[in-house]
Amino acid sequence: MVKPRTLYEKIWDAHVVERRPDGTCLIYIDRHLVHEVTSPQAFEGLRIAGRKVRRPELTLAVPDHNLPTTARRDAAGRRIPIADPESAQQLAALERNAPEFGVRLIGDADPEQGIVHVVGPEQGFTLPGTTLVCGDSHTSSHGALGALAFGIGTSEVEHVLATQTLLLKQSKTMEVVVEGELGYGVTPKDVALAICGRIGTAGGTGYVMEYRGSVFRDMSIEGRLTVANMSIEAGARSGLFAPDEKTFAYLEGRPMAPRGAEWDAAVAYWKTLATDEGAVFDKSVVIDAADIVPSVTWGTSPEDVVPVTGVVPDPESFADASKRAAAQKSLDYMGLSAGQRMEDVAIEHVFIGSCTNSRIEDLRAAAGLLKGRRIASGIKHAMVVPGSGLVKRQAEAEGLDRIFTEAGFEWREPGCSACLGMNPDKVPAGERCASTSNRNFMGRQGPGSRTHLVSPVMAAAAAITGHLTDVRELMGEKRGEAVA
Amino acid sequence: MEKLNIVDGRAYPFGMKNVDTDIVIPAHWLKTISRAGLGKGAFEVLRKEPGNVFDDPDYAGSPILIAGDNFGCGSSREHAAWALADLGIKVVIAPSFSDIFSGNAFKNGILTVVLPQEAIDRLMEVARTDPIHVDLEHQTVTTQFQDRFQFEIDPFRKRCLLGGLDEIGLTLGQADAIGAFEAKDAGTRPWLVPAVA
Repeated sequence: MVKPRTLYEKIWDAHVVERRPDGTCLIYIDRHLVHEVTSPQAFEGLRIAGRKVRRPELTLAVPDHNLPTTARRDAAGRRIPIADPESAQQLAALERNAPEFGVRLIGDADPEQGIVHVVGPEQGFTLPGTTLVCGDSHTSSHGALGALAFGIGTSEVEHVLATQTLLLKQSKTMEVVVEGELGYGVTPKDVALAICGRIGTAGGTGYVMEYRGSVFRDMSIEGRLTVANMSIEAGARSGLFAPDEKTFAYLEGRPMAPRGAEWDAAVAYWKTLATDEGAVFDKSVVIDAADIVPSVTWGTSPEDVVPVTGVVPDPESFADASKRAAAQKSLDYMGLSAGQRMEDVAIEHVFIGSCTNSRIEDLRAAAGLLKGRRIASGIKHAMVVPGSGLVKRQAEAEGLDRIFTEAGFEWREPGCSACLGMNPDKVPAGERCASTSNRNFMGRQGPGSRTHLVSPVMAAAAAITGHLTDVRELMGEKRGEAVA
Repeated sequence: MEKLNIVDGRAYPFGMKNVDTDIVIPAHWLKTISRAGLGKGAFEVLRKEPGNVFDDPDYAGSPILIAGDNFGCGSSREHAAWALADLGIKVVIAPSFSDIFSGNAFKNGILTVVLPQEAIDRLMEVARTDPIHVDLEHQTVTTQFQDRFQFEIDPFRKRCLLGGLDEIGLTLGQADAIGAFEAKDAGTRPWLVPAVA
């Protein structure tokens, strides 16, 4: 009898080009996303060595990290220059490198442009059962569609461009099981934060996760993208969802997805990928959906999670000395003190966007709460940055942009924006942001910035009240309904 | 890649836990299109703190960094490894590393050594006054006080570091195997080539 295998093991086995005696495998890479920040040195390396891209048709280039999210073309269609010369130089390098090496580029003003992790699934470039890499740790997002997807460094970007392979050691497997039903006001982001809080930012190191259980089965593709996106925040380079009917329905008809007879053959193959009955995971983490509540981070690591109704923990409450020291350092940085109620924490900035939470469902959920409401007077800046040009247009067609702007939000062009401090969208030093992004690291949203990670509805709630707020309080009339 | 075997010298007694790559090199340093010169931005935020080890003249130019658990977590930016290399660091010793960081470090000729916390504590103590000796061939970290810690390393990584081997060049040597995989795959997964958008 064939040994039962996990989804991860099936994808791995199907991509082994060569197995070495020490267990390292040369793994074939089916899909490669390239952006402007982690690729210039890789293309330069190819150029110096006189190497070419082995299969340019399997690579897609999209600028996202340091593009300003303000208008990119003037009324006459001329490029509005990027003020920062270094950002402009990285964009120019990508625009030069992609055609030189025969790689398709979705340019800064193309309607499909957006964050690579939003664009890949949206274009049907991301497919189940494929290996997909990108020089960005949030590549784990694509696991939502059943792709073995993980972030790589620039040397590996160059390796994949030149050879379409990577030398890898097989990871251990971890199942993350959430059974039950998510409560009122609880979103996929809260599930992701709950996982980080439970296992810690190193909990998944060395593992590929698979998300299992009724909560994940019932979750939309957008929700799964949010959860898979944050696998890396729990240490796992990759996090997988078994492809199912929702996956196929999402992908069918997308521009780069297979068509006709090839589509049928692909779906038949994808259906064989789910983890076999009896397959064994190296580690299992089980969370009861009923224990997950609207959550917020208090510190400078995504594992620093508490219920929004909770308080800032006392550093002395941590068992080990280095954790105590880290917690104290976090609180000093965040300007918070032990025992303070999270709901008393005033917010100056609100950011709805990033590869974690910038898809149409995220914008619908936030707009649903903001409709007919205004941001609080204490909010200095509130901004919505759609994940892609297509998300933006869809939202505009639904009138969501007007809800946001009438509430006092700015409505921007797609990009990574204020998730990371490398484009003009930054949070000033010492100021506090309720952010739907994925990392609350020191200085992440700009030097000295203070980040509280939340779901889109929680960000909207904070915008309305001016402080971290339990979104359930503002959803009174909808009590009993789960938020998408 | 430069060959690496014996590294002998002072070590930064850093020890911080969960150091993410935003701490190693903040995002605004990522706008370069070159690999060089990032040492200036290494640990920029921490260097604003008085008494930090990176600005202590005692440790200037140390080839070894001693860190805490989960070093290099977060972003995949290889700039973190480039920044450390530019700072002159050849070995990072910690109880654990993020997967992406240790891969990036290795590809830039930086050895990551995993040792238990007790060993780290001892090395932190020695590093404040005396040098540390790392021997890749024999997989040991030793001090002049008879401390001797053995570490594990992936044999392939060891061979590449000792020989200064170019991984892309090695893989291109397998072009026939890659071609054979592609030929077979074109039959079993014909949908793999993206439809033209």
